[in-house]
Amino acid sequence: MQTHISLDVFRYRPEQESEPVFQRYEVPLRKDWVILDALNYIKDQVDGTLSFRWSCRMGVCGSCGMMVNGTPVLTCASFLEKFAPGPIRVEPLENFPVVRDLVIEMSDFMDKLKKVKPWIIRREEEEKSPATEYLQTPSQLADYKQYSMCINCMLCYAACPVYGLEPGFTGPAAIALAQRYNLDNRDQGQQERMELLSADDGIWQCTFVGECSAVCPKGVDPAGAIQRYKVGGAGDWWKSVLLPFGKGS
Amino acid sequence: MSSHQHECDVLIIGAGGAGLRAAIAVVEANPKLKIGVISKVYPMRSHTVSAEGGAAAVIKSNDSLDHHSYDTISGGDWMSDQDAVEAFVQEAPKEMIRLEHWGCPWSRQEDGLVAVRPFGGMKNERTWFAADKTGFHMLHTLFQNTLKYEQIERFDEWFVTKLLVDDGRCQGAVAIEMATGKMHSITAGAVILCTGGCGKVFPYTTNANIKTGDGMALAYRANVPLKDMEFVQYHPTGLPFTGILITEATRSEGGHLLNKDGYRYLQDYDLGRPEPKPVLRSMELGPRDRLSQAFVKEQEKGRTLTGPYGSFVHLDIRHLGEKIINAKLPFVRELCLKYENIDPIKEMIPVRPVVHYMMGGIHTDIHGATPLEGLYAAGEVACVSINGANRLGSNSLTELLVFGARAGKSAAELVSGKKSKSTALHALASEEVARIERQFLKKTGGTERIADLRKEMHQTMEAGAGIYRSEATLLKSQGVIQSLQERFHNVSVSDASRTFNTELISVIELSYMLDIAEAIIQSALHRKESRGSHQRNDYPKRDDTTYLAHSLAYRKEKELPEIKYSPVTITRWPPGERVYGR
Repeated sequence: MQTHISLDVFRYRPEQESEPVFQRYEVPLRKDWVILDALNYIKDQVDGTLSFRWSCRMGVCGSCGMMVNGTPVLTCASFLEKFAPGPIRVEPLENFPVVRDLVIEMSDFMDKLKKVKPWIIRREEEEKSPATEYLQTPSQLADYKQYSMCINCMLCYAACPVYGLEPGFTGPAAIALAQRYNLDNRDQGQQERMELLSADDGIWQCTFVGECSAVCPKGVDPAGAIQRYKVGGAGDWWKSVLLPFGKGS
Repeated sequence: MSSHQHECDVLIIGAGGAGLRAAIAVVEANPKLKIGVISKVYPMRSHTVSAEGGAAAVIKSNDSLDHHSYDTISGGDWMSDQDAVEAFVQEAPKEMIRLEHWGCPWSRQEDGLVAVRPFGGMKNERTWFAADKTGFHMLHTLFQNTLKYEQIERFDEWFVTKLLVDDGRCQGAVAIEMATGKMHSITAGAVILCTGGCGKVFPYTTNANIKTGDGMALAYRANVPLKDMEFVQYHPTGLPFTGILITEATRSEGGHLLNKDGYRYLQDYDLGRPEPKPVLRSMELGPRDRLSQAFVKEQEKGRTLTGPYGSFVHLDIRHLGEKIINAKLPFVRELCLKYENIDPIKEMIPVRPVVHYMMGGIHTDIHGATPLEGLYAAGEVACVSINGANRLGSNSLTELLVFGARAGKSAAELVSGKKSKSTALHALASEEVARIERQFLKKTGGTERIADLRKEMHQTMEAGAGIYRSEATLLKSQGVIQSLQERFHNVSVSDASRTFNTELISVIELSYMLDIAEAIIQSALHRKESRGSHQRNDYPKRDDTTYLAHSLAYRKEKELPEIKYSPVTITRWPPGERVYGR
């Protein structure tokens, strides 16, 4: 029975290396260990200089996304055994600049989140008095619930062929988040967000190949959100600005 | 080498629920103020994200504020300050509704009103929930809302190494920008610590990797006392290897705890009779401390099971059926399948008590203010105290809203009548930069491995300061922690690079945890009684004559911490017996 497995880990330390190298590490192959446990074993017992992000080890903080054998995954939710006999190639998420080792630069993503105005927008003074809640039936909740499940792990950006070629593309997670608010019956900001999204060429380049939805660990289905936007929301918005006297109808 | 300099009015350290709520409160109190928010992780990675079950606030007509107060106070074994609890329960509904207005996807009743569920130790159903990802949704809702305020400037992935204190006031902090390794000083009129708890001091914990007690240690080192540190809450149902929490909601939906004979053992520990349907404040819905203690007793009787990670018992929800499990506990099923390879529809879940929450923390008053002028704290890092000797499930998410908002408001008021900053701050910051260089980055020749010191700390905390303690076990652990403090001087840091040096962060986190471990042990040694989560084998009874008082641990250079006491505030509920299941 196999007791150990090899990891070929992407290393890049800008102060030491001018280009990335792969470093091989042997780790115990344990049934209950995920890739992240192996990385922590390396960090603690073998090589303290390996850098990567992680926190909750339960698939909800979204920190530990990496490319494993070429596929973006949460390393806390990927058992080593699945990749036996190995070796396992571990790399930083694709389509992002690398800060160091397995750590990617994500400020572009953070800017995009903000850009889609992910908060409830209410028309003028329609704010409720602080004493009561807005009503929302379980079926109204279900309309947007799926899109509220995104943990911002960015696996969808790593998988997105459009984002790879067109870094200006708002991208799957941020568009899904815009839809999460657009579809919330408490929100009245759909038009504002549609104006922002319509200016994004990337949306029209999305071919609905659906790689983003395939890698999503939370079943958010950003491809569905983009598609829904293209055929539904966007169409309505265009109608409102293009047709004569259509505005406000 | 000098530090890069920044300035703001209010500096918030920690961007989880409490920190983000505080930031919004500052904006709302005074939109002219400039707010800095530092976090060692991106805000949506904060540990609030992991909270599952819900947040308590009275909203239904069959409930009352007094009931919520009483449940909180009796659950806390009368160590809660009752004025703080009364303010808390009163402001809780308003805070929860605000979060609803901000878009939090609360689970609903058919008529569109917010739904509430029962929870351990709560007499009425008052726990708001967003399926079983309540903390996740609260955190993302808060974070997304902060994005609309230009006044809030974030410093993501910055790690604070020291508070800047001069002239008797806290006036900022020194931090490492992790991406570059550059050190910065951020001066401010007020600082709010919102860094959460310190579960990583212990081996089995639901807490995320980042929960290393940074804010507690920063305050402690600035001579601010840590209050009630002996009260460490174990959650009775964590997964043995990963410490992943299986929410109390599994039990409020009707899950059973079974020993190796398949027997609902809680009936042997004065927690009521087994009924087929869940009964509030009884059996599996008794308080967390009592359930964790029952586990140890079962273990002593040899009635637990044994696996690769020690003893465990079974949590059985199979009888609820696939439909209810998928509808009400989808996250629990997902966690079991993905991380332990168990399907709770078909199999029993192995569980054991795991460290979950610190009732203790930085000593604050009801406004979130610490004894150090200009320093505030809110959330798990703080101890107001509403949680007393044992926190009730679903009070902590509400606490971070209520006291995050209070601390933000207080800090805004303080800086609005602004005093000028001291001139000594930049010199203090430069000293701190030099310390980090000398002690870690330019250090050569250490031989102690970070992971080894951490593991020894874990073992001794579990063995000596766990669910049951005694003078003998505590003294032994105290000795071990002191020797680890010594050995820490000889720690090895192999990574000397500036760019995203996670080993540097880990070693500083370890130093924080050792300080906190020392405070926990010393506070536990001095409290010669048993109350709530603090159970002394050598002093099994509660002693209200001597110990109806909060402990305050003050750090001493090269000496054990000094313990002082301050009285518990009692308003309307004189100490009584904690009764469950009767």
